[in-house]
Amino acid sequence: MGEIADAFWIAFNLLLSFDKELYSIIGLSLKVSLSAVAISCALGFTIGAGLSVYRFPGHRLIIIILNALMGLPPVVVGLIVYLILSRSGPLGVLGLLYTPTAMIIAQVMLITPLVAALSIQMLEELHLEYDEFFRSLRLTNFAKMKTLLWDGRRGLVTVGLAGFGRAISEVGAVMIVGGNINHLTRIMTTAIALETSKGTLALALALGIILIGFSLAVNAAVMLLRSNSKGQRYA
Amino acid sequence: MLDKTSEHSLQLPDPVRFRDVSLTINRQELIANINCTLEHTGVSVVMGPNGAGKSLFLRLLAGLLKPTSGTITGSYINAKPGTTSSLSMVFQDPVLLRRTAHANIAYVLHQQKCPEEQLAEKVGNALKTARLERQRETPARRLSGGEQQRLALARALVVRPAILLLDEATASLDPASTHIVEGMAADAAATGTKIIFVTHDVRQAKRVGDDILFIHEGRLLTHKSIHDFFRDPGSKEAQAYLDGRVPE
Repeated sequence: MGEIADAFWIAFNLLLSFDKELYSIIGLSLKVSLSAVAISCALGFTIGAGLSVYRFPGHRLIIIILNALMGLPPVVVGLIVYLILSRSGPLGVLGLLYTPTAMIIAQVMLITPLVAALSIQMLEELHLEYDEFFRSLRLTNFAKMKTLLWDGRRGLVTVGLAGFGRAISEVGAVMIVGGNINHLTRIMTTAIALETSKGTLALALALGIILIGFSLAVNAAVMLLRSNSKGQRYA
Repeated sequence: MLDKTSEHSLQLPDPVRFRDVSLTINRQELIANINCTLEHTGVSVVMGPNGAGKSLFLRLLAGLLKPTSGTITGSYINAKPGTTSSLSMVFQDPVLLRRTAHANIAYVLHQQKCPEEQLAEKVGNALKTARLERQRETPARRLSGGEQQRLALARALVVRPAILLLDEATASLDPASTHIVEGMAADAAATGTKIIFVTHDVRQAKRVGDDILFIHEGRLLTHKSIHDFFRDPGSKEAQAYLDGRVPE
């Protein structure tokens, strides 16, 4: 109990004292996760809208694969990105390993299937609703995709937030490709892992509390958007 | 009430022709060997009991379904929306975009590449026609059932289609909304749009129709003028339908 109380005390102190190191870790965590989510949303929403509108052989198989990839183990993604970016790998010449860019790449690989799969579920339903209207207007598939993405925007924001929730709490992949280097690639989750291994549990717990705070903030934003969406559902 | 500023001269260059049109789904023949010609103008009413194939007939006409056999010809078939031979359709449950009433109408004009300077005026006129000016910024799906159907009809008419298909568009509306929808359809017909109106309401058919197509179990049993149809329905099934009986 004492340790938990200490952790809360340390967490508040760190936050209120504007500890430089803590804020740089939080800043990098946000930078990496928000960049990954932005790229994943651009890719995932396009894939989602495309698969909702286009029909071709293997369409269902792709959706099954995307659904399966939602549960992709982060360490496996980390390992794959590590092999690609390591000196002997195909993209080794870029020298990206142990940089925030490598961490963003790993998170993009991890989140894109999640964003795409959730987008398909949402946009397919919307497409089903609009289908006859679209066909009566003889719209191109591209015009249909644009309309679905616009009309489904509120739901897609929720999807993006779900992706952000996964990205900000992820540790396995970013640890492998980022290396948890102080002032360079250390983020919240890798810092927690490090402090735990060092035995400074109170500090690790304090960082955990701050991370949970982020997670709660994200969930609150989702709830707010959902309730707003319900009210505006028919907007 | 309609936008008379359009440069389109409506009227189909040629009638719509069904030649031996059949539709089979899951080995069940739902539309059987329909032959008919729908003239350029006026209001054709499609009647028949539930499950007769009226909506399928309309969807075949709209190109939403392809016939298993036979041909449907008409200049509208390959026409782009908004061109002189285009087709619009209003469904029993209106399909409205998750946007405001104004944006719903603007959407089809955008798709038609309507110049921006004409857009506001056309949308305004369409909303006025549908008596939805006050609901201009209301999300479409928050409108009442009658208002939604009027919006769907206004959106269908704003592109000045040569053919307008109404699939039981007034089935769930109150008399006031039905009156407005019928008025909008009549105005459109008066300016040259061919209306094809599916309804169960015999009195409505008498009010709005010029000719009637009576469909029973996927077969077109009768195609007559309104006057002739109500004088002599032409089949025992149609007579039973008018009498409110199940045919023997």
